[in-house]
Amino acid sequence: MNSKYEVIIGLEVHVQLKTRTKLFCACPAEFGGQPNTNICPICSGLPGVLPTMNQHAVDLAIKAGLALNCQISEKSSFARKHYFYPDLPKGYQITQYKEPLAINGFVEIDGLKISIRRIHLEEDSGKSIHSPTESLIDFNRCGVPLIEIVTEPEIRSPDQAVKYLQTLRQIMRYLDVSDCEMEKAHFRCEPNISLRPIGQKQFGVRTELKNLNSLNSVHQALEFEINRQSKILDTGGVIVQETLFWDEQNRVAGTMRGKEESEDYRYFPEPDLPVLVLNRENIDNIKNTLPLLPWQRKKILKEKYNLSENIVNIILETKEFADYFVETIKLCDDAKLVANWLVTEVKAVLNDKSISINEFNIIPKELANLLNLLRAQKITGTVAKEIFTDMVLTNKTATEIVNEKGLFLSNDDSLLIKSIDEVLTENADIVAKYKSGKTSVISFLIGAVLQKTHGKLTPQKIKDKILEKL
Amino acid sequence: MINPDLCDLTISVLHNKIKNREIKFSDIIFSVIKRVKSEDQKINGYISIFEEDAINQAVDLDKTIKNFEQLKPLSGIPIAVKDNICVKDKLTTCGSKILANFISPYDATAVAKLKVAGAIIIGKTNLDEFAMGSSTETSYFGPTSNPIDNRYVPGGSSGGSAAVVKYSGAIGALGSDTGGSVRHPAAFCGVAGLKPTYGRVSRYGLVAFASSLDCVGALGKTAEDTAIIFNAIAGYDEMDATTINTPVKNISVDSNAIKKYTIGIPKEVFAEGLDGRIAKVIEDTINNLRKRCRNVKEVSLPNTKYAVATYYLICMAEASSNLARYDGVKYGLRVSSSELKDLYAQTRDEGFNTEVKRRILIGTYGLSKGYYDEYYGTAQKVRNLIKQDFDQAFKDCDVIITPTTPVLPFKLGEQISDPLAMYLGDIFTTPANLAGITAISVPAPLTIDNFPVGIQITGPALGEEQILNTAKAIEEINE
Ligand SMILES: [Zn+2]
Repeated sequence: MNSKYEVIIGLEVHVQLKTRTKLFCACPAEFGGQPNTNICPICSGLPGVLPTMNQHAVDLAIKAGLALNCQISEKSSFARKHYFYPDLPKGYQITQYKEPLAINGFVEIDGLKISIRRIHLEEDSGKSIHSPTESLIDFNRCGVPLIEIVTEPEIRSPDQAVKYLQTLRQIMRYLDVSDCEMEKAHFRCEPNISLRPIGQKQFGVRTELKNLNSLNSVHQALEFEINRQSKILDTGGVIVQETLFWDEQNRVAGTMRGKEESEDYRYFPEPDLPVLVLNRENIDNIKNTLPLLPWQRKKILKEKYNLSENIVNIILETKEFADYFVETIKLCDDAKLVANWLVTEVKAVLNDKSISINEFNIIPKELANLLNLLRAQKITGTVAKEIFTDMVLTNKTATEIVNEKGLFLSNDDSLLIKSIDEVLTENADIVAKYKSGKTSVISFLIGAVLQKTHGKLTPQKIKDKILEKL
Repeated sequence: MINPDLCDLTISVLHNKIKNREIKFSDIIFSVIKRVKSEDQKINGYISIFEEDAINQAVDLDKTIKNFEQLKPLSGIPIAVKDNICVKDKLTTCGSKILANFISPYDATAVAKLKVAGAIIIGKTNLDEFAMGSSTETSYFGPTSNPIDNRYVPGGSSGGSAAVVKYSGAIGALGSDTGGSVRHPAAFCGVAGLKPTYGRVSRYGLVAFASSLDCVGALGKTAEDTAIIFNAIAGYDEMDATTINTPVKNISVDSNAIKKYTIGIPKEVFAEGLDGRIAKVIEDTINNLRKRCRNVKEVSLPNTKYAVATYYLICMAEASSNLARYDGVKYGLRVSSSELKDLYAQTRDEGFNTEVKRRILIGTYGLSKGYYDEYYGTAQKVRNLIKQDFDQAFKDCDVIITPTTPVLPFKLGEQISDPLAMYLGDIFTTPANLAGITAISVPAPLTIDNFPVGIQITGPALGEEQILNTAKAIEEINE
C-alpha cells in the first residue's frame, strides 16, 4: 500500500428489515418464493394504488437508530426518487431525503468511533434477471423495507471498513432488526473512497463501488481501488468521479456510470404519505426494551466471569449463541467450563453440521446437566465428551445415557485394585522400566487401567493408587 | 311497462318510487340504457358500458329485495364512473392509448363503497387523457360533446360524467377533480358537481394525476343527488394515508339552514377576463340569496390571482412523477424495441397525447436539480398563502360564492390549440384544490343563450354540508 496517501472511506449500508410484510402493502416480505407471487397492485405499481406505512418497519428503524446512538427525528418525511428501470415499477422509489428518521449516531470499533450521518427508511426494488436472449423481472422484493445507514467519511482502511461492517451486522442481528445475510441481499454495502496526500485537508475526488456481495469482496474491492487511485495520483493523473462495478470473478472494478451521465433523481416530497410523526413515549418505550448489545455484554462477560477476550468474542458472535451461554450458566455455575465447552465441543458440532445454535439439538438445560456431572466428578472429561457425542446423535439426555451405560464413576476400590493388579502383571516390562527411573511410562499404565475400567475412575485416582502399589 | 322518462328523475325521487313499489329496479336500468342507446353515439360520454351486468344486477335486486323499508338510498341507482377510477375487472383507460387495454384487478375505494351502498355501476365515462384538460377533447377515444349543443364542449376533464348525467345516461356519476375537473364540466353541462375536501374521500383506485390535489367527486342532477353519492363514498380509508380520520356525518341537504349563513363574495372575482354576462348572472343570483341568508359580505382572496400559475406548476410536477410508471414494462401499451431506452421513449411517445407530454416535460423540468426551489418550492409557498387567504376569509363568512368558470362553453376545437387560454379557464376552480377545501358547482337560475352558468360555492375544509345547503337554495330560486 502506498503510504503517501491517506485513505478516506465512507460506507452506505442497506439493511433489510425483518418485518412480516412489505413497507407499504400487506404482501409477505420473505425472501425467495416463485417469482412474482408475493405481489399485489400496490407493490407492483398498478395505476391508482397508494402506499400505507408499515408501523413495524418504523419501529425496527427506530430500534436500529437508538442502538447506533442516533438522534431519532420526531418528524421525518418521505420523498420520491425518480429513475427509470424495469424493476422499479412506479418509476420512482419511496425513500427519505431531506428529513431522515435518525441522524448523528456512531458505532464504536476497537475504541474508535465511526460517525453515522443518517439512517433512513426506504423500499427495495425488484430484481432483474438477464439472459442473453431475454430480461425477466421478479417483483417479489419490491417494497421490502430497508434502512440505509450512512457513515461520515471517517474510515481509513479496508480492514477498518470490514470491522465496521462486522460490528454493524452483529448489532443488527442482536436487535433482531435483520438477519443480515449478505447472500440473501439483507445486508448490502456501497463504499465510496478517495485518497488525499497525507497532511492535506481537502478531500480528493471519490469513486463509488457497487456489487459487493461479501465482506471479502468489500475488502478486495477497496484494496483494488486504493491501488488504482494511488497509481493515477502517482503519475499526476486525475481521478474521475464515477461508480465502479466490482467484478467478483476477475477481481477488478469497472466503470458503471460516469459523472457526465449522473442522474438527476428529481426528489420531491411524497404526497401520498403524511409526515411521519413519532411520539416521544413510543421512542422511549423502544429504548427501554432494547436488548443488551454486544459491547455491553462483552463488558459483563469479561468482568463478571473473567473470560478471555478471544473466548468472549466467539461467544458473542451471535446473540443466540450468547443467549445459549447465559442460559447454560444459569444452571451450571462454572462460566469457564461452560465457555470452554461452547467454543470447542459445541462449536465443533455446529461447524461440522453447518447449523446455527438455534438448530442445535441439545438444549442449555441438558448441556448444564452434563457439565454438572463432570463438575461433581461423577464422570471423567473423556466420558463427558463421549456422552456429549451420544447426546448429539441420539437426542437422549446425559442422565439417560449414563444410566444406560453405567458410566458413573465408581468408588469401588476393589475394582480399582483388581484392575491395577492385572495391569501391573500384564505389563511387567513397563513396570521394570518405571522402576529403573523412566517415570514417564506411568501414563501408559494409567491408560491401560482406564481402559479396563471403562472410564469409571478418574486418571488422578488411578495414578495415586498405582504409585501406592509401586 | 317501462316508463321512458324514469332516467330523467333524481336519485331521491327514484328511491321513493322504488320504496313505494311504483317501479321496479329493472325499470330504471332499462330506461337509462334506452337513453344511452339513443344519445351516446352523438355525445360519446361513455368509453365502456356494462349493459348486461347492470341489467342482471337490477333483475337480481327485483328478485331478492324484500324489505323495502330499509332500502339504502343508492340501491339500484345506476351510477357512471369516470374512466380514471378503477372498477374491478373492467377497463380503466384514463382516456389514454397507453392504458387502452388495461383491466383493473381491483375496485377503487369509492367504487367499492358505491357497490356496498347498492349502486349499480353502469359504465365508464370519457375524460381528457389522464384528466388533463378542460374540454374532454383530448381523449384517445374521441371528444365528448355537450348534450345542450353537440357542437360545444362539455367542459372537463370529467366531461363524460357531466354529459351522461345531463342527458340522463346515468342518474349520477363519479368524477375526479384536480383543478376543477368535476365543477368545470358540471358548469358547462348544467348539472351539479361536488368536489369534497381533500382527504374526505379516499383516492385509492383513482389513477393519480396530481396526488396532492386529486379528489374523487360526485356529479348529479341536483346538489342533493351529489350529497347522496358523497354520503356513500366519504370517510377514512386505511388504504389512503391522506384520508381524514374523523367521523362522517350523513348530510341531509336543507336550504333553510342558509338563514344562519354569511355569504362571502371575493372582491377579486369581478376582474378582467370574466365574461360580463356571467358576472351579471352571478350578481342576480346573489341578490336573490340575500333574502334567505343572514348576510352577504365582501371578502378578499388576494393571492388567488396566482392560483392558476401555482396550480400548473404543482400539478405538472406531480404528474411527471405519477405518470412515470407507464413505461411499457408491466401493463398497457408497449412499443417493443431491442434497447430499453427506446422501449421507454417509443412507448411513452406513442402512448401519451400532446397535452400529457407537455405537462410531463414541464413538470420534469420544474423538479430538476437547480430548478426545484424556483418552481416547485415557490409554488408550494404560494399555495400556503392561498390557503391562508381562505382561512382568513372563512373567519368572516360560511361560504364563498364565485362563478365556476370565467367563460361560457366554447365550440369543439376552438381552444384545443391554445393551452394557455384553456388553463385560464381554471381560475376560479383551482384555489379550492390548492387549499384542500370543498366546493360545488350548480347551475344558476338563468341561462345565457341556452347555456347554463355555473355558480361555485366554496366552503372551508369539511364544510360540505353548508355548501350543499347553499347550492340547494340556489336551485330553489326559480321554483
Ligand atoms: Zn404488495
